[in-house]
Amino acid sequence: MLRTIGRRLLLLVPTLFGLTLLLFFWVRALPGGPAVALLGERATPERVAEINELYGFNEPLIAQYFTWLGQLLQGNFGVSIQTQRPVTEEFLRRFPATLELTMFAIILAVGVGITIGYWAARRQGKPADHFAVFASLIGITIPVFFLGVILKWIFAVQLGWLPSDGRQDPRLDATHYTNFYVLDGIITGEWDAAWDAFLHLILPGIALATIPLAIITRITRASVLEVQNSDYVRTGMAKGISRGTIRGRFILRNSLLPVVTTIGLQFGLLLSGAILTESVFAYPGIGSFLYRAIFNRDYPVLQGFILFIAVIYALINLAVDVSYSFIDPRVRVQ
Amino acid sequence: MLHTARRRWLAGAAAVAVGAIVLTACASQRDDGGGDDEASGDVDTTFVFGASGDPASLDPAFASDGETFRVARQMFEGLVGTVPGTADPAPLLAKSWEQPDDTTYVFTLEEGVTFHDGTDFNAEAVCFNFDRQNAFTGVAASQSMAYYWGVIMRGFGADSIYDSCTADSETQATITLKQPFAGFIPALSLPSFSIQSPTALEEYGADDVGGTEEAPVQSEYGQEHPTGTGPFMFDSISLGEQTVLTANPDYWGEQGVVEEVIFRVIGDTTARRQALESGSIDGYDLVAPADLQSLEDAGFSLVNRDPFNVLYLGMNQAAPGLSDPKVRQAIAHAIDKDALITQVLPEGTVAASQFMPDAVIGWNEDVTQYDYDPEAAQALLAEAGYTEANPLTITFNYPVNISRPYMPNPEQIFTNLQSQLEAVGIVLNPVTNEWVEYLDLIQGGTDHGIHLLGWTGDYNDPDNFVGTFFGLPTNEWGFDNAELFQALTDARGLATEEEQEAAYAAINEQIMEFLPGVPLAHPVPTLAFDARVTSYPASPVQDEVYNMVELSE
Repeated sequence: MLRTIGRRLLLLVPTLFGLTLLLFFWVRALPGGPAVALLGERATPERVAEINELYGFNEPLIAQYFTWLGQLLQGNFGVSIQTQRPVTEEFLRRFPATLELTMFAIILAVGVGITIGYWAARRQGKPADHFAVFASLIGITIPVFFLGVILKWIFAVQLGWLPSDGRQDPRLDATHYTNFYVLDGIITGEWDAAWDAFLHLILPGIALATIPLAIITRITRASVLEVQNSDYVRTGMAKGISRGTIRGRFILRNSLLPVVTTIGLQFGLLLSGAILTESVFAYPGIGSFLYRAIFNRDYPVLQGFILFIAVIYALINLAVDVSYSFIDPRVRVQ
Repeated sequence: MLHTARRRWLAGAAAVAVGAIVLTACASQRDDGGGDDEASGDVDTTFVFGASGDPASLDPAFASDGETFRVARQMFEGLVGTVPGTADPAPLLAKSWEQPDDTTYVFTLEEGVTFHDGTDFNAEAVCFNFDRQNAFTGVAASQSMAYYWGVIMRGFGADSIYDSCTADSETQATITLKQPFAGFIPALSLPSFSIQSPTALEEYGADDVGGTEEAPVQSEYGQEHPTGTGPFMFDSISLGEQTVLTANPDYWGEQGVVEEVIFRVIGDTTARRQALESGSIDGYDLVAPADLQSLEDAGFSLVNRDPFNVLYLGMNQAAPGLSDPKVRQAIAHAIDKDALITQVLPEGTVAASQFMPDAVIGWNEDVTQYDYDPEAAQALLAEAGYTEANPLTITFNYPVNISRPYMPNPEQIFTNLQSQLEAVGIVLNPVTNEWVEYLDLIQGGTDHGIHLLGWTGDYNDPDNFVGTFFGLPTNEWGFDNAELFQALTDARGLATEEEQEAAYAAINEQIMEFLPGVPLAHPVPTLAFDARVTSYPASPVQDEVYNMVELSE
C-alpha cells in the first residue's frame, strides 16, 4: 500500500513538470499583457515598456520560463502583479475560504445525491424515479452563474432569507484565527459569527453543489439498480436474509464503489467550479481571485494558483484510490 | 457491526439533506427578527459601499486608480480639494495660496490639524511629503508606482519641475517650481498629493517599496499603516473582502454621521446590484444603464455625477481610406449623436462637440461642428471615390463584456452606430475583443479601423484630455501631425490659466478641423443607493468624502 502511494507521488513530479510547461505557454498566449491590463485605456508605450521590464516580461519566453521554474524549485511562486504580494501568501489567505465552501458543497452533494439516487433506484420506473432523473438532468445542464443569479434573486433579494454575497457580515467584526469562518466562530464562542458565516455558505454552496449532486444522484441510482438486480441479491432474498441487511450490506456497500470515484473527481471539479460561483457571490476565495487574475493577465497568480490546484487535485485522486481499496478489498489485491 | 455502520452512513446522508432544509428555514426566521429590530432602532452609522476591487496601495503616493483613490480620499487630505460638485480647485489643508511669480506658490495652512497618529500637521509636514515624492528612485519612481508625481512633475529629483519646498513658519509653506505650470494647483487636488504623517511614513518604511527588481512589493506603511488628516482612520483590510475605516474623533472639520465605512469588494456588476437589493451594501458605483429603471422603480435612489469624461469614435488613419479627411468628415456627418444618446446612453448624457467636457479649461464653444447630415455624408463619400458599386469598407472594433464610466454598454453603442453608418452606404466589418485584448489591439498595433474608446478626467486639466489623446504619435490614431503635437507640448508649459484657456481653445478648434475621430458624448455616471442614504456628495472627479453622507435609518 505504502509503495503504491509512494510510486504515485513520484509520478506526480513529471506530471507537474509537464503542467508547468503547458501552463506557462498557455498563460503567455493570452492576448494583451499585464501591463495593458494594469494601465487601462491610456497606457503609453513607455509605461507598458517599464512594467514589462520591471517584471522581466521583455526577456525571451524560454528564459522567462526557466527563471520561473528555478524560482518554483526554491518554493518561490513570484509576486502577484495586481496586489504586489507573494502568490503563495495570496493563495494561503484565500484557500481556507474556498475549502470551507467546497467542503460544504461536497457534503451537500454527497449527502443529498446518494440519498436521492438510492431512493430513486428503489422506486425504479415510478413517478418519483422519473422526477429524480429529470431533476438531475436539469442540475447537470444548468450553468452555475445562471443558477447563482437566480438563487440570489429569489432567496436574497426577493425573500431576504439569506445573504447575497461575501463570507460574513462585515458589521460583525468577528475574530479570525484559522480563516475557516464557521470554525473560527465556534472556537472563539462567537456563535453569531459562526452562524452568519454558515448562512453565507448556503447559496454559493447550493450553486456549487448542483452539478456534482446531479451526477452523484445519477451514478448512485444506476449503480444501485445494477446491484439490486444482481444474482447475489436475489439469492440473499431467497434465503430470507433481512431486508435491512440486504439494503445495507448487499446493495448500498457494493454500489458505492463507482460513487466514491465520482466524488473524488467531483471534488477536483468543485475547486475549478468555484471560480464562477465565487465571482457570482463575491465570495473571497481562490476562485474569485483567479477569475480576476485571468482578466488582469496576472501571470504569476494564474501559473501559481493553477499549479497549487493541480497538486491538490492529484492528492485527492490519490486519496480516492486509497479509500477505494478499503471499500473493495479486491482492488487491494491487485 | 458492519450493519450498524452502514445504517449510520445512510442516516448521516439523510441528516445532511434534512439539515440543510431546516437551516434554510431557520435563517428566514432569524433574519425577519433582525429586520424588525433595526427599523425601531437609531440610525445605523455604518456606511457600506460596494467597491469593484481592493485599493492597490494604502499609500496614495503610489496609486493612480479609482478604487484606491476612493479609499484614500476618506483618510487623506491634500493642500487643495475641489469645490463640491465641480472639478474646480478649492482650499483644503491650505486655507489659501498666493502666486507671487510664475513659479512660486505660497500656501497658508489650516491650524490645529493633527494626523491620525496624533502628530501635528504643519508646513514641515507639507515639505516632507513633497520632498519625499521628489526623492523617489528605482521602483518607487517607476510610472507604475508614483505615476502622478512622474506625470505632473515630469520626473523625479533633478529631472522634475519641482524645485523646493520651504517651511516659512508653522502655517506657511512655499513651493517653488523650476518652470511655469498652470495645472499645478488643480493637480494638487489628486489624492496622490495627500499630506501624510511624516512620523508614520518613516516609522513604517513607506519608501521601502521594491522587494526585488522584477517584483515590486508594497511597503509596510502602504499595506497597513496609512496615516493622514482625513475624517476617517484606517482600521483593517482583508484583501479581496473588505477595507474598514472608522471615524476620526479628532477631525478638524465636520465629522458627519458616518462612524464606520466599509468598502466591500464585489467585482461583478450583477453581484453589486444584487448586494444592494439584498441590503448587504448601501450603495455602489457605475450602475449599468439597463439597471437604472428597475432600481429606481424598486425605491433605490440614483445619484448622477456631472460627466467629466468623453466617449469618442476613434479613426485609425493607418487603415485604408481613413487618412482621407473627406472620409472622416463623412463618418462624422453620418452620426446622429442625439439618437445615440436617447437610445442607448443614460439619461442626462450630453452630446460631445470636442474631446473634453465643457467644465475643462480651454473648452471651445465655437469649434467646427459636423451636424447629422446623411446626405452630406454620402456626397463626401462620393467625392472621396466611394460609390454603391465600390463602397467604403472599414473595420469597426469594439470591446465586449466591459463597462466603463464613459462607455457603459459598448455592444449597444456599436449596434446603434452600425445602423447609422450603414445607412449612408459604409460597409462595416465588426470585430469584437475582450477588454485587455482590445486595448492591446488598439494601442499595440496598427491593425484596426474605427473604434470606441474614451477617458474620464483626473482633475481639471486640458492636458489630461487632449494632451493624453493627441500629444504624441500613437497606434491608436495612426497619424503624425507635427503641428498639433507641438501646440500641445507648448500649451502644457504655460504659466497661467488665462494663457492656457486661449491656447487650448485654439487647439480644440485645430483638432476638430483635423478630425482624428468623432467625439460622441459625455455619458452620466450613476451611483445607486439604499433609500436610507438621503444625501451623497457626488463629484465629477469622484472627490466624494463620506463625512458628507447623510443617513436616515
